[in-house]
Amino acid sequence: MLDIFDILGPIMVGPSSSHTAGAVRIGNMARTLLGGDVRTAHILLHGSFAETGQGHGTDRALIAGLLGMKPDDLNIPHSFELAQEAGMTFDFGEVQLREAHPNTAVLDVADGQGHRLRMQASSTGGGRIRVDKLDDIEVGFTGAFNTLIVHSQDISGELAEVSRELSRGRVNIANMNLYRSRRGGDVLMVIETDQVVPPVVRELIEELPGVVRLTYYQKEAD
Amino acid sequence: MLDSMQEILEKIEKSGKPFWEVVLDTDIEERQVTREQSWAKMRTAWRAMLDAEATYRSDRRSVSGLVGGDGQKMRIYTVSGKALSGDFISEVISIALCTGESNACMRKIVAAPTAGACGVLPAVLIPLSRRDVPESELVQALYVSAGIGAVIGYKACIAGASGGCQAEIGTASAMAAGALTALRGGSPAQIGNAVAMALKNLLGLICDPVAGLVEVPCVKRNVIGAVNAVSCADMALAGIESRVPVDQVIDCMGDVGRRMPVEFRETALGGLAATPFGQEIKEQMQSRRN
Repeated sequence: MLDIFDILGPIMVGPSSSHTAGAVRIGNMARTLLGGDVRTAHILLHGSFAETGQGHGTDRALIAGLLGMKPDDLNIPHSFELAQEAGMTFDFGEVQLREAHPNTAVLDVADGQGHRLRMQASSTGGGRIRVDKLDDIEVGFTGAFNTLIVHSQDISGELAEVSRELSRGRVNIANMNLYRSRRGGDVLMVIETDQVVPPVVRELIEELPGVVRLTYYQKEAD
Repeated sequence: MLDSMQEILEKIEKSGKPFWEVVLDTDIEERQVTREQSWAKMRTAWRAMLDAEATYRSDRRSVSGLVGGDGQKMRIYTVSGKALSGDFISEVISIALCTGESNACMRKIVAAPTAGACGVLPAVLIPLSRRDVPESELVQALYVSAGIGAVIGYKACIAGASGGCQAEIGTASAMAAGALTALRGGSPAQIGNAVAMALKNLLGLICDPVAGLVEVPCVKRNVIGAVNAVSCADMALAGIESRVPVDQVIDCMGDVGRRMPVEFRETALGGLAATPFGQEIKEQMQSRRN
């Protein structure tokens, strides 16, 4: 649903809300979900991102996001140089995906300390984004809410435990989805919340038996 | 939720509040924010518009090299006093160009409703701010424009990929026409007429960006969006009415958009993008990619 600041906004570095602002947000999402500074990034562009991405600064915008910039950062055009200074290496390629949104990027990022994340995301218009895949599991969340991503083992009651901790912390769940690769395999919970999830609540969830890893994306402030 | 112009007009009638305040109330309710928070965010958008124009530089060029410097030419011509269109309109033209160019050159702008159409609203509002209209009234005008844009986004579309340029520049022009009419003391019905006329005048406009870039013809289309807004606001304020009711015009824009061939919806396969010049630029950009 559009609010009036989707109409008058975002305040952003041009030239295109989908090809530039959305691309910054995709990079930023990957950085957040990796949970640390990005050291290496392999990025594949699909569809219109591949066709007109260079002219729209999509490549620079994605790297800017990986560096932690927001869509209104005037340093976006200089992100390649800033990445070099920060010691990040990156490369771009093109890919043809089946049934993907025309503005899609696949990012394979690592922090140099053993953490790696593979994320497929699309820029769906007006600077809004959608994460389509995380480590090859199909998901679908937008970053329009505070988002908690819990990797856990596939054991019964896990979801109830997680939601109990959120409820105790007075965090209201807006949307919730559960994904798994197969029965008894790894489970991915994507929980979108109305309130910020405080660090203490995140720690309690992380300590629950069966929880393997937790990442958290806090939505952009006004 | 603002789902029709009729609904806004009814809310104005019922509450006795002005157009802008009905939109503000909706924002407070939908995003669960205070009046002050909403106002501060809108004022930030206004100041960002001012900033984009103030930090314009004529030596910047876009990625393709096709865009840059025209805003400055128009500024100089405006100051010369020779403009056929007079002081006010020539200033509108120069601000539309400066802001559109700034967007193409990766500077900071406010998408309104899209980045490609970012020059239309500032082009009509900034000249008024230079003619002693206080900031509070300009922020109110932005609420009016946002309410209009929200209705068009809900009933029709605001993306070139969905409905062509009429959905981007057309919507921006309708938003600007309504904002101007409100600023000059027009009635809610007159605001509706200004919106209807502005959108009708740009109905069917295709989205045909050369090499798929937000450069040609996008920057200069901001000018037609802005100038059209001024003329439609003046017509509405003069008491001229749109024969077709505003909500029907908006529905019609959405319908024309849906039936528009895909070549004319941002794919860069038709229109100016398909001219020999357009093809040449596309090839140049592709050779740089490889």
